[in-house]
Amino acid sequence: MEGPAADLMFARGQMALSLAFHIVFAAVGVALPALMVVAELLYRRTNDEIYLQLAQRWSKGTAILFAVGAVSGTMLSFELGLLWPRFMAFAGAIIGMPFSLEGFAFFTEAIFLGIYLYGWERVSPRLHLLSGVAVTVSGAFSALFVVLANAWMNVPSGFKVRGGLPVDVKPLAAMFSPGWAVEVVHVLLSSYLATAAAMAAVHAAFLLRDPHSRFHRGALRIAMLFAVPAALLQPLSGDFSARAVAIRQPAKLAALEGQFHTERGAPLRLGGWPDPSTHTTRYALEIPHGLSFLAFHDLHAEVRGLDSFPVDDWPETRVVHVAFQVMVGAGSALALVALWWVGVWWRRRSSGRSMPYPNEDRTLLWAVALSGPLGFLALEAGWTVTEVGRQPWIVYGLIRTGAAVTPVAGLGVPFALVGVVYLGLGIVVAVLLGRLFLKTGAAHVG
Amino acid sequence: MWGEPALLGAVILGALILYVLFGGADFGGGVWHLCAVGRRASRQRALIADAIGPIWEANHVWLILVVVVLFTGFPPAYAEISTRFHAPLLALLLAIVARGSAFAFRSASGERTRERRGWGGVFIGGSVASPLLLGMIAAALVAGDVDAGLTPARLGWSGPWLTPFALAAGLFALALCAFLAAVYLTVEAEGAPDLQEDFRRRALASGIVCGVLALATFLLSEAGAPRVYQGLSIRRWSWPLHGATALAAVSALLAVAGRRFRLARLAAAAQVALVVLGWGASQYPFVVVPDLTLAAASAPRATQTLLLATLGAGALVLFPSLRLLFRVFKSRPR
Repeated sequence: MEGPAADLMFARGQMALSLAFHIVFAAVGVALPALMVVAELLYRRTNDEIYLQLAQRWSKGTAILFAVGAVSGTMLSFELGLLWPRFMAFAGAIIGMPFSLEGFAFFTEAIFLGIYLYGWERVSPRLHLLSGVAVTVSGAFSALFVVLANAWMNVPSGFKVRGGLPVDVKPLAAMFSPGWAVEVVHVLLSSYLATAAAMAAVHAAFLLRDPHSRFHRGALRIAMLFAVPAALLQPLSGDFSARAVAIRQPAKLAALEGQFHTERGAPLRLGGWPDPSTHTTRYALEIPHGLSFLAFHDLHAEVRGLDSFPVDDWPETRVVHVAFQVMVGAGSALALVALWWVGVWWRRRSSGRSMPYPNEDRTLLWAVALSGPLGFLALEAGWTVTEVGRQPWIVYGLIRTGAAVTPVAGLGVPFALVGVVYLGLGIVVAVLLGRLFLKTGAAHVG
Repeated sequence: MWGEPALLGAVILGALILYVLFGGADFGGGVWHLCAVGRRASRQRALIADAIGPIWEANHVWLILVVVVLFTGFPPAYAEISTRFHAPLLALLLAIVARGSAFAFRSASGERTRERRGWGGVFIGGSVASPLLLGMIAAALVAGDVDAGLTPARLGWSGPWLTPFALAAGLFALALCAFLAAVYLTVEAEGAPDLQEDFRRRALASGIVCGVLALATFLLSEAGAPRVYQGLSIRRWSWPLHGATALAAVSALLAVAGRRFRLARLAAAAQVALVVLGWGASQYPFVVVPDLTLAAASAPRATQTLLLATLGAGALVLFPSLRLLFRVFKSRPR
């Protein structure tokens, strides 16, 4: 393949690949330290060895995942320029601020992670625990700052354009573009949910085999401490997000709902396959007035369809709609499992039997185990919705992705190289984590 | 002279110096990992891994800081550099990704010897390639307009980073990293005199290689990068700077020879810092030679001012944290 169209495709492919790869490690880097800190806190409180083993196992996992997250993040900071120099020449001055702050947050995270991972025997218990807290807090700040930059790409603000150049730049206003808080909360919750649900699944699976293991029960309880609230709050946060998108990025909303025509009292479509050539979304289960209600909290509100935008400005609605269905479906399933867990806990609360009780909660454990991958599935699908849904714009309504791409031709080679390297890294990480987390834990039964 | 652009330029150069002093020494660790031979090979490797382990991730954030300050403070320069040097930057990134993950994977493979050795190999490859490429890119950046038509129409793997001058500069950077690492490791090896002697010999050898390559780079710059040559030879500050660098280099070598290892560490760090400073100074006031000066590439003033304030505030968190990290892992004799 040759030519500018192919190069744009390779550039988008490489960026998508790099982001999809990095986001997994970034999310784990935000959330796993929190689990690790809770385990260590429990150990310091109770002196129960299983919590120490747990904290150390999670910290080994963090060591591998953080290293890959750090290098894939370094890669991204360069790829912004390697692939999208014209975007960065325009936007660097406007959104560089959150990236610079992220640099510091990441620095702090790396420093205290070093102390945490290698300092078990070198620093006092108090400093060790505090280092873990510092890693957790700076991880959350890292996520916050990066998402601020993404929020600006969705809703650019804090500058004016004159002669194709940004003028009157107000970096603080640009940093907190409208809707930033909604997106930040959604992303943070997704990180905790995806990571905690995956860890919970591993330990639930072990409990099915070995119901009395105190190690796995302790691990599962800590993981569910994060997964349950995150799973229950995420649909609420999703509702806020959808309404923000409805107001500020109507074309994205239309694409993710498969809404081709502007209408009042628009239905909510579950599933279905949008067909841009006929302007219809087929095979969907339609809930009358559902979309108008969800997007505007009004059964008769008007929802703009894709047909109110030039065809050139349409996102790839098939990808966006399907990704959105996947995200909502996976998120809902996780929320249901969380509700189930809460229900059992509520009934159990007076009997003094902790959760999960050996041999009693097997179906629930199966549900937790099977829903393990759903958090990461939703996370990837959600980023697909927001990134592909913003197309054809790299900065919504202002710079087209095709105008931002590097003039360097022949991008197939970098795409292939990066693809091969990330594929290899992914396999290695999977094998190493498999070894670490799929250890039977038999030695740990307390 | 000291407006926002110059201050930010100084911050970038300062962060680069710190990157070379800390991250560069990690690369050098990879070189000595490769050269570990004889009866003490595995102990040498263990010393290197212990020295790098807790701090390498923090050491490499300096590079990210350089990049973000560059694209926030001087966006057109970032765009131009990443367009012009697409191929070598991509190679550099792949090397950084490979060495960083291989180092973590190596630690995670525990007692599996073959696997450990494999990751060790990847770590070495990445550690050698990274400073080589960094030196080549830095050299091509200052060389500027020697080759016409720098902005490539298509991705090419040859370019101004493959001139004799750039290659010499790449090798020089590699040798400097190796020298720095060997000197640091003599201090890390306190309490193990045999290892200390191993790294003392390596420090002396690599220090001499550094001197030879420095001379070669300087001589080649006359043809390869006239502007640098000029900058390095006729400006008011050039000879004092060279003098200071030479003084630091000679002191470092003498201190290593005389087994004053802590003094040698200080002198070697000063030497390397002065080399990077000299590189930066020789291209001042350009960010991208000869197209963009600091002033021409500057972001709007509001951004630069806020960025400087942010960097100041960030430093208040960063430096105490770094101090703690190094106090925990680097202060006690082993």
